[in-house]
Amino acid sequence: MDDPLLIAGEAFSSRLIMGTGGVPSLDVLGRALAASGTELTTVAMRRVDPAAAGSVLDLLRERGIRVLPNTAGCFTAVEAVRVAKLAREALGTAWVKLEVIADERTLLPDPLELLAAAEQLVADGFTVLPYTNDDPVLARRLEQAGCAAVMPLGSPIGSGLGIRNPHNIELIIESAGVPVILDAGIGTASDAAIAMELGCAGVLLATSVTRARSPELMAEAMRLAVASGRLAYLAGRVPRRKLALASSPPVE
Amino acid sequence: MEIVINGKPHHADAELSLAQAVAVLTDAETGVAAAVNGDVVRRAVWEATQLSDGDEVEVLTAVQGG
Repeated sequence: MDDPLLIAGEAFSSRLIMGTGGVPSLDVLGRALAASGTELTTVAMRRVDPAAAGSVLDLLRERGIRVLPNTAGCFTAVEAVRVAKLAREALGTAWVKLEVIADERTLLPDPLELLAAAEQLVADGFTVLPYTNDDPVLARRLEQAGCAAVMPLGSPIGSGLGIRNPHNIELIIESAGVPVILDAGIGTASDAAIAMELGCAGVLLATSVTRARSPELMAEAMRLAVASGRLAYLAGRVPRRKLALASSPPVE
Repeated sequence: MEIVINGKPHHADAELSLAQAVAVLTDAETGVAAAVNGDVVRRAVWEATQLSDGDEVEVLTAVQGG
């Protein structure tokens, strides 16, 4: 079925966006990325380490996966805008996963800095995909600022707690005119399926795959869960009922 | 001339361009970006960008993350 994910006019046949952090080796990462079917994958920007062996960029290039730089580790709009500009220069892409976090303990987004950074980057021609709180009002403000998608968290980054406030995610989806991508908190395949059943346009995850006992197997599980949840969403689930509804005809 | 490259002090006897400062760390042709005192400098003008005493140079690349 032809049902691409459209972000800023670009089509992706996979609705799973992968992160690359947390995998012990590039070899394991490569196999996990292949199993996930992802076509868009996040990287972080860090100081060049002359001793580093191998490059995640080479891996993504070999596999034909588009790179999505993030601004992980930034606490202010000023820092995030600078990192986004460095990423644009280094990687030749104006797409950015915008992260502006409030503190190390929760890694929750700082809404004021996030919105300020989004406004500046949009004005500078970036395609901005903000990692945001599961707050429908903030999501709306980010969309109004010109973001190409909104990416609310299910629960804190790396927590694996799943979607703690599905009602808010539904509210965001109901009023959004841009793709809503569930970002952060996915623990296992059912969480990804639930995100898609709620109507998310895609799922972005890293930890649940990269720190699984078998990243490659979990990546395949996520690929199937995202596709499965999408199909269920499109098919339309039956209403919940209080009492039974026989599925066999009554006895004559 | 004393400058700072990625947080580490660096001494240069002669004039140093940004291209030369980046080359201290990496010879990668792509995937690298540089900033001087917080301002991003496009690769096309690295050669022409002369550093001054006390400049802070940041050289970044993509790593696994997110």
